Amino acid sequence: MSEVTVNGTFNFELVSPERKLMSGPAKMVVIPGEEGDFGVLPGHSALVASIRPGVVEITMEGSTDVQRIFIAGGFADVSPTNCTVLAEEAVNVNDLNQADLEQTIRNLNEDMGMAKDDMERARIARKLTLTRAKLQGLTGKAVA
Amino acid sequence: MPSLKEYRNRIVSVKSTRKITSAMKMVAASKLKKAQEQAQASQPYATAMIDMMRRVAANVVVGPQSPKLLIGTGSDQVHLVVLVTSDRGLCGGFNSNVLRRTRLEIRKLVAEGKTVKLLCVGRKGRDILKREFGDRMINSFSGIGAKGKVNFADADQVSQYILEQFSAGAFDVCTLMYNEFASVLAQRPIAQQLIPFNMPEMKVANENAKTEEKGEVKSPYSFEPEEELILGQLLPRNLSIQIFRALLDSAAGEQAARMTAMDNATRNAGDMINKLSVQYNRARQAFITKELIEIISGAEAV
Repeated sequence: MSEVTVNGTFNFELVSPERKLMSGPAKMVVIPGEEGDFGVLPGHSALVASIRPGVVEITMEGSTDVQRIFIAGGFADVSPTNCTVLAEEAVNVNDLNQADLEQTIRNLNEDMGMAKDDMERARIARKLTLTRAKLQGLTGKAVA
Repeated sequence: MPSLKEYRNRIVSVKSTRKITSAMKMVAASKLKKAQEQAQASQPYATAMIDMMRRVAANVVVGPQSPKLLIGTGSDQVHLVVLVTSDRGLCGGFNSNVLRRTRLEIRKLVAEGKTVKLLCVGRKGRDILKREFGDRMINSFSGIGAKGKVNFADADQVSQYILEQFSAGAFDVCTLMYNEFASVLAQRPIAQQLIPFNMPEMKVANENAKTEEKGEVKSPYSFEPEEELILGQLLPRNLSIQIFRALLDSAAGEQAARMTAMDNATRNAGDMINKLSVQYNRARQAFITKELIEIISGAEAV
């Protein structure tokens, strides 16, 4: 555990149910909380928050690049020295492709029309919301 | 007494069986390694989840307004038993152990006058219990981990189904039966209650809240949204995690059990080959002796 603000970083971890995706000291993390985005800097007050599907922006120590990772909802556990993000699904935004996503949305819309029962419809609707959020995360970046 | 040719054929057939079992053992060993790595990799999330649950739980006072997943429906009349088995056989006592445990559990509950419903994850459990408890089986899932990897999505699918049934009021108590991966040599069938969720820390937190009223805000944590809502979101997630862990444990246990079973089978085949070879050699020797006697006595007669 790194000390608070000794070098202006805190421990950041991004874990999915299947594996630990990222771990290390970070300078700043922006998390899309359910009640609005919030930034985490070293010494942030302790917070437990739920996350809506969206893009997490991470600035790791010793780099000025911002890593943008899309997560499909989850929870964040923040303390002054640590920040742990529990993600249900995580993809690097750079790995997303606008054309593919649009195609997926079209396919899902078609599937929706052919769905036989409510359970299937609900499943497709979930996927659809996710894909739309992904697309938004991607194009939001492209516009900005 | 079988002829020499029959002996030879049997030896050849046992040898090829041994080749198959030893190959299966190797495959199981490598799959076991993968499954164990996967179980290891899923650990950080589970730990972080438990930490978070504890934090939230410390700030929530359990009351009638608490999520039903935590406090239950107030009745325990209808039980849902979720059974996790493998899709494939040839893994020793792996499936029969957990099946025996499940049968006992179901009979016990029925004897107590409860209604029991059954949900099977894995083809073996479904096929075997279909005859006995077919009318109790509400659904079954199979093909989990078929590609050599248990996906979280698989676990989520099962837990979504359970949650749907629960919110529809189809059952009051949910128990998960699976093989716990104790070691490579031992898998223990265990029963774990999923709904209502048992959280030991929760009760402790409650007693504390009662004894020291003023110490209500013990944790410096803030919650967004408020703790009750977060708890409501954490509980279904936790259900998926518990099921995911059970599936991973079961997958690793299956491979370990198969490896042990195939190791035994390979050794038995080896023993059998030795025994047959001895018999074959004896029979051949007897045949040669008989021929010699025939030749000698033929020569003597001349």
